[in-house]
Amino acid sequence: MTALATIYSLIYQFGDNFAYLVLAALGLAIIFGMMGVINLAHGEFIMCGAYVTIVTAKQGLPLPLAMLLGALAAALAGIVIERLVIRHLYDRLFDSVVATWAISLIVQQSMLLLAGPSIEGISTPFGSFVFGEYSFSVYRAILPVVAIGILAALYWLFFRTNYGICARATMQNARMAQCLGLRTDRLYSLTFALGAGLAGLTGALYAPTMTAVPTMGTNFIVQAFVSVVVGGANVIAGTTPAAGILAIIQTALTASYGQLFGQIGLLLTVIIVIRLMPQGLGHLFGRSR
Amino acid sequence: MDRLSFAPAGRPNARRILLLAAPWVLAFLLPLAADDVTTGNLAYCLVWAFTALGLALMWGHGGILSFGQTAFFGISGYTYGIVTLNYGEAWTSSWGGLLVGLAASIVVAFLLGYMIFYGKIRGVFIGILTLSVTLVLETFMAQTAGPQWAVGEARLNGFNGMSGMPPLAVPWPGDPIFIEGNAFYYLVLAMLAIAYVLSRRMLHSPFGLSLAAIRENPQRAEMLGIDIRKHQMLVFVAGCGLAGLSGALYTIWGSYITPSSMGLTAAAMPVIWVATAGRKSLGGVIVGTAILVWLSQSLAIYGSQYALILMGAILLFVVLAAPEGLLPGVLKHARRLGALAGRKPAPAPGTGQGRQS
Repeated sequence: MTALATIYSLIYQFGDNFAYLVLAALGLAIIFGMMGVINLAHGEFIMCGAYVTIVTAKQGLPLPLAMLLGALAAALAGIVIERLVIRHLYDRLFDSVVATWAISLIVQQSMLLLAGPSIEGISTPFGSFVFGEYSFSVYRAILPVVAIGILAALYWLFFRTNYGICARATMQNARMAQCLGLRTDRLYSLTFALGAGLAGLTGALYAPTMTAVPTMGTNFIVQAFVSVVVGGANVIAGTTPAAGILAIIQTALTASYGQLFGQIGLLLTVIIVIRLMPQGLGHLFGRSR
Repeated sequence: MDRLSFAPAGRPNARRILLLAAPWVLAFLLPLAADDVTTGNLAYCLVWAFTALGLALMWGHGGILSFGQTAFFGISGYTYGIVTLNYGEAWTSSWGGLLVGLAASIVVAFLLGYMIFYGKIRGVFIGILTLSVTLVLETFMAQTAGPQWAVGEARLNGFNGMSGMPPLAVPWPGDPIFIEGNAFYYLVLAMLAIAYVLSRRMLHSPFGLSLAAIRENPQRAEMLGIDIRKHQMLVFVAGCGLAGLSGALYTIWGSYITPSSMGLTAAAMPVIWVATAGRKSLGGVIVGTAILVWLSQSLAIYGSQYALILMGAILLFVVLAAPEGLLPGVLKHARRLGALAGRKPAPAPGTGQGRQS
């Protein structure tokens, strides 16, 4: 029983890390994979989703609805930012990265001024369950399932819908897609909104588990970067195995040496992977680029 | 602008020399007109200019956008603290601390640079990787609060950072004389001038010209037999070393260093200064950085948020409206206006004035 409990505890931790890596990375990966833009305001979209969720949930809205609202708010913010800023910088990659950093700084500090250093959070739903001698949070046990659900939904979106075909065509060869009559600018807009919305959803999902501070997005940034760099430009075939492998490494290192070494291990993995496979893991598994 | 910065070194014209020297003379004279507090703040502004100078070398001339300047800033600053807290305030200890700090950041830069450039990491991934390293280093430093995190006498102190480091000293019979106030300002100014001259010489040397070739067209440069990886790694190390110098001097200036001086917000600052001042012109970057740091310091009195929002807004504006930098952008537009005015078929008396920009 004890052995079983320990094994389950490791699986639980793996699932927790996997969910965190996948959810942190998806929004970033979609925007990077489709448009080549590294969105440094990613953390602020996450923060936006979390704040909207918390505020609306406190107004008495049921939690799932509040989370949906959080994701939608982030997506809306994404559309606005794409229209106002990113659109003008598509052919200047470095500048677009720097611009998103500026946005991140402005949003974060404005939030600090408007809402103060922190707002009161909401409690984690569902309580906890005991297995063997350990106690686990039900909510965090569900999160990996949610993450896999979101991945499946994205797979469906990219491979089974008209938008997905157009988006992949644009990603492969934007000019050709344009010649064939696709409105690539609108696709970019939608894709940026999708990425921002997913970041918002991540914030919404993690809102009940962390303290809501304006800088909370920073907690996700390293994990998001790491998964995207390891995964490469391929959203589904890259990010999923990347998150899986990184979660194994992080779980093993965290279990034996603590949280910090988990993070350092992630970083070293990135450097090694990028040395061996500059295109990322997605290149290995990808059939859909 | 390109022609200006790469003009042949053989025929310096008097106006250009005057233009280059004026800010330095002004900086030399400033403490005479200012009180001690102002001079201290001026020194603080100049301390940051090294970081920006390093980034300008990497980004403007090497084509490498690194977000990790503050990591090397921190490594060097912490090393200075560790050395001086262990070996006391003798002049050997403080200057040794400065050198060891600088060496530490250069060694780390070599290691990271080797991984990056010989690992064929390119473009925006360099930014991500350097930023990740910076953030992990910050996380690491922030959790060193316990007593087990100490190097000899020096406690790392986690989020609160290290403090109580002695300033630089000169040997003197009896008590050492500390370099403080005006003396520190002139020391920083002299170091900055040396760094500036050396950087310019580097850019005009064969090494710098190869670097320009790589930046403009990596493939062609490689076909011509230039080792891209070596050149980029060396300019990366040079840039990071300058950031390290900045960090050690910052630690000396305030006799404290905290993990947040490496964090995400701090890491954005060098990018903002260099992008705003124009990443090609080294002198412009130094002056621009000093002005922007001064601006944020004055605004920080009302709350650091306002200063950071303003910095973000400036960066956004610059990226969208003047990608070459604020000053070069303004100059370019002025020149274009001047040219337009000059090209008119029958210029009315007085319209030629636009040319004088």
